[in-house]
Amino acid sequence: MADIILNHLNYPILTVTVFLPLTGALLILFIKNSTYVRWTALSVTIATLFVALPLLSNFDKTTYKMQFVEKQSWIPSWGINYFVGIDGISILFIFLTVLLSILSILVSYKSIERKVKEFHISILIMETAMLGVFVSLDFFLFYIFWETMLIPMFILIGVWGGQRRIYAAIKFFLYTLAGSVLMLVGIVVLYFYGERTLDILALSRLYYPFTLQCWLFLAFFAAFAVKVPMFPFHTWLPDAHTEAPTAASVILAGVLIKMGAYGFLRFSIPMFPDATKYFIFPIFVLSVIAIIYGALVCFAQKDLKRLIAYSSVSHMGFVTLGIFTLNTQGVEGGILQMINHGIITGALFLMVGIIYERTHTRMIEDYGGFASAVPWFAGVFMIFTLASIGLPGTNGFIGEFLIILGAFSANKLIGVLSATGIILGAGYMLWLYQRIFFETLSPKYTKQELPIPGDLNFREAVVLIPLIILVFLIGLYPEVLLSYMHSSVEHLISNVNTGAGKENLITNYLMEIF
Amino acid sequence: MVINNFDLLNIRLIAPELILICTAFILLMLDLIIKRKEIIAFTGVIGTLLSAFVSYKLYASGVSDSAFGGMFIFDGYAYFFNLIFYISIILTIFISLKYMSVEKASLGEYYALLLFSSSGMMIMVGAADLIVLYLGLELMALSTYILTGLLRTQLRSSEAALKYFFLGAFSSAFLLYGISLTYGLTGTTNLKDISSLLVALDLTGNPVLLLGLIFIIVAFGFKIALVPFHMWAPDVYEGAPTSITAFMSVGPKAAAFAVMGRVLFVSFGAVHVQWASILIPLSVLSMAAGSIIALAQTNIKRMLAYSSIAHAGYALLGIITGTPEGLSSTMNYLMIYTFMNIGAFAIIILLRTKDFPCENLEDFSGLAKNHPVISACMLIFMFSLTGIPPTAGFIGKFYVFMEIINAGYVSLVIIAVIFSVISAFFYLRVVMYMYMKEPKGEVALATSVPMSIALAVTVLMVIILGIFPDYLLRFAMFSISG
Repeated sequence: MADIILNHLNYPILTVTVFLPLTGALLILFIKNSTYVRWTALSVTIATLFVALPLLSNFDKTTYKMQFVEKQSWIPSWGINYFVGIDGISILFIFLTVLLSILSILVSYKSIERKVKEFHISILIMETAMLGVFVSLDFFLFYIFWETMLIPMFILIGVWGGQRRIYAAIKFFLYTLAGSVLMLVGIVVLYFYGERTLDILALSRLYYPFTLQCWLFLAFFAAFAVKVPMFPFHTWLPDAHTEAPTAASVILAGVLIKMGAYGFLRFSIPMFPDATKYFIFPIFVLSVIAIIYGALVCFAQKDLKRLIAYSSVSHMGFVTLGIFTLNTQGVEGGILQMINHGIITGALFLMVGIIYERTHTRMIEDYGGFASAVPWFAGVFMIFTLASIGLPGTNGFIGEFLIILGAFSANKLIGVLSATGIILGAGYMLWLYQRIFFETLSPKYTKQELPIPGDLNFREAVVLIPLIILVFLIGLYPEVLLSYMHSSVEHLISNVNTGAGKENLITNYLMEIF
Repeated sequence: MVINNFDLLNIRLIAPELILICTAFILLMLDLIIKRKEIIAFTGVIGTLLSAFVSYKLYASGVSDSAFGGMFIFDGYAYFFNLIFYISIILTIFISLKYMSVEKASLGEYYALLLFSSSGMMIMVGAADLIVLYLGLELMALSTYILTGLLRTQLRSSEAALKYFFLGAFSSAFLLYGISLTYGLTGTTNLKDISSLLVALDLTGNPVLLLGLIFIIVAFGFKIALVPFHMWAPDVYEGAPTSITAFMSVGPKAAAFAVMGRVLFVSFGAVHVQWASILIPLSVLSMAAGSIIALAQTNIKRMLAYSSIAHAGYALLGIITGTPEGLSSTMNYLMIYTFMNIGAFAIIILLRTKDFPCENLEDFSGLAKNHPVISACMLIFMFSLTGIPPTAGFIGKFYVFMEIINAGYVSLVIIAVIFSVISAFFYLRVVMYMYMKEPKGEVALATSVPMSIALAVTVLMVIILGIFPDYLLRFAMFSISG
């Protein structure tokens, strides 16, 4: 019991946080009126935030240990426990999830008109599953939450999505499922290797033979790389993001794709350190390809949502790069960038959703000159555009800067290549901004065929303000988040570096060639 | 062995079967005097519950004994499967009541035949001798042939019955041939004695024994519908009354699995390597053909037929391990499969009304709009059949995968998970039609109280067993060891 601190609050705070949304979903089953459904869902997600708040104030930042731990026997025949707890890494994702869930319900107030009940039930089940993934300390529990997420997300994309929603939903489902089942095989192998336990902490303490490490690393890699998504496995993402309704895009971009990177941090790196080092070079290459390829593809996009989706591929390339540098700056930058990307891309999808409600088009060519029509909207969009580019003062800068710093100390060439991604990023984002907001207003609007879209209303402002605050807060004082993760990251890195074996040599050799 | 120990103890051990058979006869006679089929069905349910109660009493009193000179046995293993049969009879009766009147085939014999068939299955799982096994198998099979052809006015029902009968008879011949080869080598048909004689007479490498083993496996393969002995399944599943399809896809299948497990583990335990290497290709082929051909189906009954072939492939993995834990994972799988599959068929039956067959996938278009509860149930069954947590289907698959990895067949599991991803596509397609397409017309429901009960039970069990599987796991494990 060395690595855990039991929950010292007098109620099971994590369990309540995780399952409150699910209870809300059950409650909604019995509500008929769709206005009440919306308000119930909103109050449940806000209540979840308030229930989770004591986590922040009672969190001990000085230790890497798992905190607020709860452990209950669940399936004794298999030695499986209901085992939850959080450390300095997962706590950040819990709040990201909770926040984005509230916003995604708020933003759907007008845009979801059909099957309101089912929509909100799906979002709430989704929230429980996402929170569950971040708190699970037992592989079985983890896998249940991990897979459960697919069901509501499949429904969200498939029912409320755009034109090609069915294709996108099925593609999303099958891709992710295919990755996950390979991880399942890996989990079962771990189970027997650890002498019938699925306790993540106990399994992390074991040492695995190198060959086994490699196989297990690949099995887990299948699940996480699809989820992130890393370069050759990314093709589901543009379709899913583009076709999904705004709320689902926000959750997908904000939380779901972070889970792959979270998985690398929580499982792959600490459990299979030798295999991590062995595969580090291919992962760097894939990350750099994702950064540059994702950015280049953005230039060619005609669809607004698709462009932001591809920019996610590029940004997530930074994240995986940072995580696998295996030095403090890189890893902390990677984690921070995950949160940042959740905020920025989440916000961008929200804004696209907001403008789509007015114009009913996602094609960039239909826009132009909107700065005069919707000045507030244009201003806010500018903030997030700059944050996405990584302008100093915004949160995007801190994350990318740390990652590139880490990348340079790991490998100079990789560092240089990844830095070009930032330049490309500035290129496509500013060009996008120009095409939407500057130039002249489309003739459709000037000739009065269509009403000139209205500016942000109160509800939409409420959705965006917390995100704007976060952009600047993290940008100006990143320590507010970094302080949570310091001890956990240090522990992770020292763990990895103690297990340095001969396999290092091959990687080092390969790196020297480049 | 002279049958002189025909005492009360022996009768006690077959009391559950006797009660079921007596009930079946009573139903046949009641049918002559009573017009209301509900009463007959209700009597059938009472008889089944009585039999289940006696079976439970026997089990609880710790009896695990053989009777009739070692021909018959009642143990935890038999009890576990009996439970599957009881559940499938009662659920089948519940989903049949309204349906058979919709199909205008409301016959009293229907319920009697169901019970006869089930008692045949119970005799099969209790058989400690190949001859008794054969008797049980024939009782089960003959009743099922008739049930399949019960919709006399429909051509495809008669065709299905005929096909099923011919291929079934064919497989029985295989079984008999296998039994006689084994008998010729060992001089006994007793399951336990075969196992000791195999070693004593040094027959483990004998090619004739292997041939006998193959014949026996082929016969069971027919009943389970393993590829390449599955040809009858899609036609029969499609042609039979839907309630009988539901019943056939769980009851007789579980019974065949049970005897396969018992025969292979008890009699042929010494040649595990041989039979495992026969079963592995059968299992892989079943998963592959079942999952892939199901992709092309437009008739949902046919699709579920192929899905059940694929599921047989997964369940077989547990037997391939050759370990008690593996066998218990198969048992667990079959129990879970009973709930989810009968549930899925129940939905199809619910949608069958007088002038609308509702068997094509297209007919499910937009179902969620008009019938959200029914669609949600179907969604749960479909995800459970795919094996997505937190449904019971995941627990079933997880346990089987776990045991087969423990037995060292990692590559087999990788094949299995890949096909389970492929199979996800056609289950998802049902969900897609229900939730993501616009309704074509008003689809009416053939609701009734028993149907609602059956649906509620199956949905609840699929979720409860998915989240709290421990009781079932311990039960399955205990019935093997105890």
